Amino acid sequence: MALQDVCGFLETLDDISPCTYLPNEMGYMRRTPFEFDRDSAFHFLPPPQQCSRKNRAPTLFSSTFSSLSPHQQPFQLSHGTTTLGFIFQDGVIAAADTRASCKGLICCPISQKIMPIHSHLVVNTSGSGADCMLWERILTREMRLYQLRHRKRLSVNGAAKLLSMMLHPFKGTNVCVAATLCGWDGEETQETLQSCMEIADVKKAVEQDSNVSAISDESAQGSVKMASINEQDEISKDTQALNPTSTFGGRSGPRVCYVCSDGLQLKGEIISVGSGSPYAYAVLDDGWRWGMTVDEAVALAREAVFRATHWDAYSGNNVDLFHITAHGWRRRDREDLKEEYYREREREKKKIKEREKERQKREGDELVEGEGDIYSVHCG
Amino acid sequence: MEYLIGIQGPDFVLVAADNVAASSIIQMKHDYDKMFKLSEKILLLCVGEAGDTVQFAEYIQKNVQLYKMRNGYELSPAAAANFTRKNLADYLRSRTPYHVNLLLAGYDEADGPGLYYMDYLSALAKAPFAAHGYGAFLTLSILDRYYRPDLTREEAVDLLKKCLEELNKRFILNLPSFTVRLIDKDGIHDMEKLPVGPK
Repeated sequence: MALQDVCGFLETLDDISPCTYLPNEMGYMRRTPFEFDRDSAFHFLPPPQQCSRKNRAPTLFSSTFSSLSPHQQPFQLSHGTTTLGFIFQDGVIAAADTRASCKGLICCPISQKIMPIHSHLVVNTSGSGADCMLWERILTREMRLYQLRHRKRLSVNGAAKLLSMMLHPFKGTNVCVAATLCGWDGEETQETLQSCMEIADVKKAVEQDSNVSAISDESAQGSVKMASINEQDEISKDTQALNPTSTFGGRSGPRVCYVCSDGLQLKGEIISVGSGSPYAYAVLDDGWRWGMTVDEAVALAREAVFRATHWDAYSGNNVDLFHITAHGWRRRDREDLKEEYYREREREKKKIKEREKERQKREGDELVEGEGDIYSVHCG
Repeated sequence: MEYLIGIQGPDFVLVAADNVAASSIIQMKHDYDKMFKLSEKILLLCVGEAGDTVQFAEYIQKNVQLYKMRNGYELSPAAAANFTRKNLADYLRSRTPYHVNLLLAGYDEADGPGLYYMDYLSALAKAPFAAHGYGAFLTLSILDRYYRPDLTREEAVDLLKKCLEELNKRFILNLPSFTVRLIDKDGIHDMEKLPVGPK
């Protein structure tokens, strides 16, 4: 690109390694990486890097086939995030933190990791931000084409399979996408057809609609702000039959599916991805029940993300939460968890004080009773 | 990390696979099925690198079904095994080799039961018993000791349980449950998931 050439800022590499010629998917030879122009005034000092093929597990294989991919990564791609999704009797909850990190630097504290694909499907993304944005758009395009051609929505599992197949040719390259598709499979109903609006119209509606939660920060980085319209009407319809035996495992119902760029595709009930996922799993495994209410589920998701952001350095800032039901998705206000830690400390302190008081009261009562007995023995 | 085992009897094949789907240190799924049904009497058990397993196994599965559609009869286990081996070998020296370890188990009307061991370098061997994974190091000697060509179904399941007990005892990773299936002249039968539970 022109500006890139003028500044002399090209793809950077820390160590001086010979340029390697790596054929890309189309068979053309692409010269990567470019030489690093140290004399330019605009040169950007990259963080020290160690190339590692994170995509493939270390096996006997890697020594034999390492010559296939000598491409040095300009920066380390890691799933520095916490995203989670789980299903329960009343839909799907998708939650994620909002920190985008690049090695030790927070690139963006207010990124949006949960993107709606259509009215009944959202995707939690982790991995390389650029790859995720691109693949989200590709998936949205393919889903829309399917819907136009076949006049029905592709199921969540179908979308996962489609994404997995599209990512397969890029296995072994540096494409790093770990997406959790959270959605509701079902028949097209009149309500859902009405809520499927064009993205541009919805964007306008979001800005005007005061009922809908908006991102409070100013710098939106071009992310699409969407919301389900006619929310209030649909909440009343939620109480209609969401019978677990007919929806879970049947033709329609909540679904959550994990797709990874190295090919792993999993259907499940609880999925969490990212560097903070072990912490989130611990909270989710403890508190998840199929029969949870919406409030319990939201509280569980919120706490899981909070605990993960507390322990994991690469997760933090705010928490985004989406709830998907048969009538579409709803977005909860973005919440800053910075104060949550201190609020929790206060709550714990109060609890300890109360327990202390109760214990003292109990001991006091026992003392009084004990004296009564002594007197009674004397008298009796 | 993953474990496959197969035991061939005089008129059946017993196969088992663990149920863990892992991503780095996390068990993402506890009930993941690693067996792919190629036809009414052939099962393909597939472990290895994350995306390669499903991709390759489904490719073989669909091709075997296509053969049936085109020709009106199914591939025999021996033919399916050799077909799988050929594909694995063809991809081995391409830019996208599949890193998968396989067990193919089937019952043929003419030849009887067959268990085929295949590894990621596409080496194929018909064997009376076989195992894949780190767990194989621990269990192959048990199979050696107690295997007889004329095992009954119950004895085969007991032998399998012995192997899984050894894994529980000595294998560093926790493999809590295994899917077990038996193939005989009547087709593929699902058996009780092992381990059964505390006695």
